[in-house]
Amino acid sequence: METMPEIIDLAIVGGGPAGLTAGLYGARGAVRTVVFERAMPGGQIITTDWVENYPAFPQGVNGAELGQLFADQATAQGADIKMFVEITHIERRSDGIFVLESADESFLARAVIIATGSVPRKLHIAGEEEYTGRGVSWCATCDAAFYREKIVAVVGGGDSAIEEANYLTKFARKVYIIHRRDSLRATAVIQQRAFDNPKIEFLLSYVPTEILGNGSKVTGLKLESTKAEGERVIELDGVFEFVGVDPINEIAQGLTPLTDSGYIETSQNGTTKIPGLFSAGDVTNTTLKQVVTAAGKGASAAFAALHYLENE
Amino acid sequence: MADLKQVTDASFSVDVEKSSGVFVLDFWATWCGPCRMMEPVLKEIAAENMPGVTIGQLNVDENPQTAMKFEVMSIPTFLIFKNGVQVKRLTGAMPKAKLVDEIKGA
Repeated sequence: METMPEIIDLAIVGGGPAGLTAGLYGARGAVRTVVFERAMPGGQIITTDWVENYPAFPQGVNGAELGQLFADQATAQGADIKMFVEITHIERRSDGIFVLESADESFLARAVIIATGSVPRKLHIAGEEEYTGRGVSWCATCDAAFYREKIVAVVGGGDSAIEEANYLTKFARKVYIIHRRDSLRATAVIQQRAFDNPKIEFLLSYVPTEILGNGSKVTGLKLESTKAEGERVIELDGVFEFVGVDPINEIAQGLTPLTDSGYIETSQNGTTKIPGLFSAGDVTNTTLKQVVTAAGKGASAAFAALHYLENE
Repeated sequence: MADLKQVTDASFSVDVEKSSGVFVLDFWATWCGPCRMMEPVLKEIAAENMPGVTIGQLNVDENPQTAMKFEVMSIPTFLIFKNGVQVKRLTGAMPKAKLVDEIKGA
């Protein structure tokens, strides 16, 4: 006789700050909680050198280390973290049970929290694809050391862009910050640090239009003024892109409504339009996308899911 | 999980250039989060003992010559060699299934 497959109480897709906090709260709610992570736990903060705005770390904390701490705490409270399992499809059966599929296995769950997060956005300009890994990068902590005494540009004006520009000055001789507007969006304290840094030069009201190279690596960047002041070309060795993120929403498409920008529509509590389906973190329609808000929303979604499981 | 072949500047020519079959070389460093994320993935793939496939690692801090020779400027970078000749170059962390597909297609 075939054995009945296990039905997980709470399945969480994505092991970043939102998913791991949801895992912590789910496990503490004494329901069988499984977190599916396609790689290793931690999420996007893995690529962050120093997280200075997550409370209770007065000196700041390394991003990869913080990710591991999130995972350790969820595990210690009984959450089961399944690494290298990428959920590619979710369906809700007529009996209300969710079927989650990975490449080689399927899982059943009573409630699901989607916390798949987001990925750094690309500029989609000429030369970007060709020179990825040869001068074009999305991870300053990974690649800064290859740019000792070189010239690089950071594209973007938000917190990530300006923080990473500051970090890059530890290695590079000069760092351009290129931003399409005439003022930055980053938090005041981070902006000030960049303004005070003699290695940083601002090229505001410019957008990159082409990454130039010599066939094997990046040699320059073509810019166009957003104030009709024409084109210019700067010589450099590397381009670091921090122009926002795109939600990882593939498994939610067709399952629950998304916003025009592709974020999962959720209530304050993390509920979606679908009973038993919840969502939290960067994949949802929240304005502030920070580790602390992802963790908070993960807790809310788990709380709502526990309530759902009790009353199911 | 299996151990990965540790390649250095000194051993590169013997380990990789004179190797037969497929050699996957991971350029990494201790300070790179996504590199640390890929390490267990590589060890899992190595443990599967795909026929004719060797998985190795090269620490870019300790072995800058090889990294410079291949103009590696982002890590992790995975170079795939076939009978000692580079046939593929992949950049960034990726799911295990994708890397396995790339290795099979080499």
